[in-house]
Amino acid sequence: MTDATTSLLTPDAHTKKRNAAETRFKMYGMAAIGVGLAMLLLLMGTILSNGTGAFQQTFITLKVELLEAKLDKKGTRNLEDLKKVTTFGYTPLIKNAFGQVVTETGIETKLKTKDQAKLLSKSAAADLRNYVLAKPDQIGKTVEFTFLASSRVDGYLKGRVSRASIENDKNINVAQLDFVDQLKEAGVLKKRFNINFILGADASDQRPEAAGIGVAMAGSFFMMLVVLALALPIGVAASIYLEEFAPKNWITDIIEVNISNLAAVPSIVFGILGLAVFINYMHLPQSAPLVGGLVLTLMTLPTIIISTRASLKSVPPSIRDAALGIGASKMQAVFHHVLPLAAPGILTGTIIGLAQALGETAPLLLIGMIGFIASNAPGGITEGLMSPNSAMPAQIYEWAKRADPAFYERAWGGIIILLVFLITMNTIAVILRRRFERRW
Amino acid sequence: MPVFWLLLIVLAMSVVGFFFSRSRAMKSAGGDSRSLHSLPKYYGTNAVIFTAVPSLLVMAIWVFVQPVVVDQTVSNVIPQHLLAEGSTLDLTMSDVRRVADGLDTAVKMGAMSEQETRDLRASLNDVRGRLGEIGVALGSDVRPEVLRAAQKYRAMSAAGNQYMTFVVLVIAALGFAWAVWKTNKDFRARNTVENAIMVLLVGAASLAILTTVGIVLSMLFETVNFFDLHDWTDFFFGTTWAPNFRGDSELSILPLLWGTFYISLIALAVAVPVGLFAAIYLSEYAGPRTRSFAKPLLEILAGIPTIVYGLFALLTVGPLLLAGFGEGGAFGVDWMKGATSVLTAGVVMGIMLIPFVSSLSDDIINAVPQSMRDGSLGLGATQSETIRQVVIPAALPGIVGAILLAASRAIGETMIVVMGAGAIAKFSANPLESMTTITTRIVSQLTGDGDFSSPETLVAFALGLTLFVLTLGLNVLALYIVRKYREQYE
Repeated sequence: MTDATTSLLTPDAHTKKRNAAETRFKMYGMAAIGVGLAMLLLLMGTILSNGTGAFQQTFITLKVELLEAKLDKKGTRNLEDLKKVTTFGYTPLIKNAFGQVVTETGIETKLKTKDQAKLLSKSAAADLRNYVLAKPDQIGKTVEFTFLASSRVDGYLKGRVSRASIENDKNINVAQLDFVDQLKEAGVLKKRFNINFILGADASDQRPEAAGIGVAMAGSFFMMLVVLALALPIGVAASIYLEEFAPKNWITDIIEVNISNLAAVPSIVFGILGLAVFINYMHLPQSAPLVGGLVLTLMTLPTIIISTRASLKSVPPSIRDAALGIGASKMQAVFHHVLPLAAPGILTGTIIGLAQALGETAPLLLIGMIGFIASNAPGGITEGLMSPNSAMPAQIYEWAKRADPAFYERAWGGIIILLVFLITMNTIAVILRRRFERRW
Repeated sequence: MPVFWLLLIVLAMSVVGFFFSRSRAMKSAGGDSRSLHSLPKYYGTNAVIFTAVPSLLVMAIWVFVQPVVVDQTVSNVIPQHLLAEGSTLDLTMSDVRRVADGLDTAVKMGAMSEQETRDLRASLNDVRGRLGEIGVALGSDVRPEVLRAAQKYRAMSAAGNQYMTFVVLVIAALGFAWAVWKTNKDFRARNTVENAIMVLLVGAASLAILTTVGIVLSMLFETVNFFDLHDWTDFFFGTTWAPNFRGDSELSILPLLWGTFYISLIALAVAVPVGLFAAIYLSEYAGPRTRSFAKPLLEILAGIPTIVYGLFALLTVGPLLLAGFGEGGAFGVDWMKGATSVLTAGVVMGIMLIPFVSSLSDDIINAVPQSMRDGSLGLGATQSETIRQVVIPAALPGIVGAILLAASRAIGETMIVVMGAGAIAKFSANPLESMTTITTRIVSQLTGDGDFSSPETLVAFALGLTLFVLTLGLNVLALYIVRKYREQYE
């Protein structure tokens, strides 16, 4: 021993190096977890900070005098006559209302009422017209009407639009923004919760302030209905066969390999299948939630089959033996005893599969669920399934593609709604699993 | 009769059959269910199955086959000289269908009577104008041949529907009669019902096969059509992707493959180290508490829809990179022209794949027997030495499998690249340039207004088939590796 003085208690250079390597290695692992969690935080933070704005909207409340001379010259309140007055007939009323607000609140402005009225959404006159057509008895009276402000005004209140950013903007100018400030101080212009974003329909790309995700939500709902009605029974039937009855031979082997491979096929391939088979070959209507539902069914089936088989497998054979022992047929043993015991697991798997299908976008692009504006919520089941509609993720994609940045806020807001649905579904799945899962 | 009503009638018949057969069985047993062979409900179910299943099956097949037959016959009616004028059969047929649909709408809205639609003559009546009145817009004036074909199309469809109604109802009635006739106390209803259910179960299981066959066939047919119109050597070995509508498109997959692989590579470069180290930490170092909150949190990343990642790439990561590398950016270099780039899509896709790599690797590392760790630690190795020199080598095949699965995910991912990668097909090594991928091109070729007879649209099917084969190959390889490795330690 040349180095008799070294004690085991004081580490030598080599040991120090090894220990340092050990600490480093552990740090790498912690850093990796940290990176993953930081990304999750960043993602959630981005979504929340960009998307919450969509739930609020700027409104301008004006007292509009519904002049009989303009709207109903004959004074008959006949609906057919009222309908002849186009939105151009309503624009002067709105201008007058602005003039009145200016005198009432004592705002000093050099803006003409024409430019003041431009602060409202392009659909303001149409909204007013619809109101009058619905309530003809209000003609001649002065009503307090809440108008949507234009997306630029809304953006100014939310900090998206500033005096510097509108230099080249034809839709709004600095004088109008000054007027907005004055209106805000007078309490005429307010930002408040906007239910229309959650329940309303999409709007043309000129009016981001009026766009809502409600109709697309209905489209998603009908697609999920189709997926649930087809994927659950077919998936459960297939799993029962494969797990309980199938003989071990090459055909079942092929089916099994097939299912596990189908689960990994890119979703866009299912879109191509849907386009080729359901639309080009069977001539089902394009953009219909029925077609979307069929495509998503094919996509979700493998997920449901895999989870159903797992939960069937977890039911112990003693249950089957007991049923067979008291004279049940094999089919009765499965349907009366194994299936009910596996039901919570099957349900959990189905909900997770549905959540996956709800967020899927790529196949929907190919079967045409983007690029148009579904203006009305579907009336019934047949219309909901067959008439063209969008779906939540497709609607978000559509908004993200539009040029006006005001739509980006809508897209993030749409994502919040989509995620709320997904989180709810997954929470239900987790609760079901915790509550009903039995360990044998 | 509309399919919906037919369906209702058949279902009503089977409900009646259920109760009728059940009571008939009970009557034959003299009201004592003990002398029946099966429980009473099986007799009822037997009637339901024989009434509904064969007839509905025939109906489904009929609905599926009729359009094809009608299309075939009608397209034979269209004279050849019409097609010579630079138009194709597909185009003309879609005209025919549009006119036929228009006439259907006209009848439904009461603008024309059924007789009128049959008597229409293109030379005498302004068909386009009349259909325009009720909101059916046609692109051009209706030619007499097309109108005649459309009328034939409608006539054949109507006749087909009538035959279908008849045949389906007859089959349902026969099934009903047979089931009722068989019903008596000695009939083995349960065995029959169970056999029928068995057939249904097998059918459901084979749907998976059918889906695969459908995928392959639908893409194969169109791909063959594509290679009739376009040289296959250009598709596989050409170097330019430049579709245009003058008819001399260069459609080569190589630049798209390059973009796809480049983006996937960057995604894996992000996901594999992070995912792997996360898995190692979670399975080897972390206590149960860290594990119980970190693992589910990481897995949230896997449950987020890809449209969210796409938006994140387009609106957050892209502009961020642009602020760093773009003109007047934080690094003072001008390397990036727009927010979409290979790096944008790659990094975001990498984030998406982190939980994929980590949870698969976690399972695999956990499957390495504890005795191997104990042996190494007993010889005096530190924990990290044990992991690097014993655990990882033992788990390596499985980890490779996990990475291959992640790669297959990355290649087939659509929304992130559609929104984050750009649309320019080129060979370039610069990760800050925008490039395009196979999936992006499939989306853009199929969502335009192109018709299904031009190579520019059909190429999407060839691309889809390539993608399918590519991802399938990776999956099969990965599963093979994982399975082989599993056998080693079990």
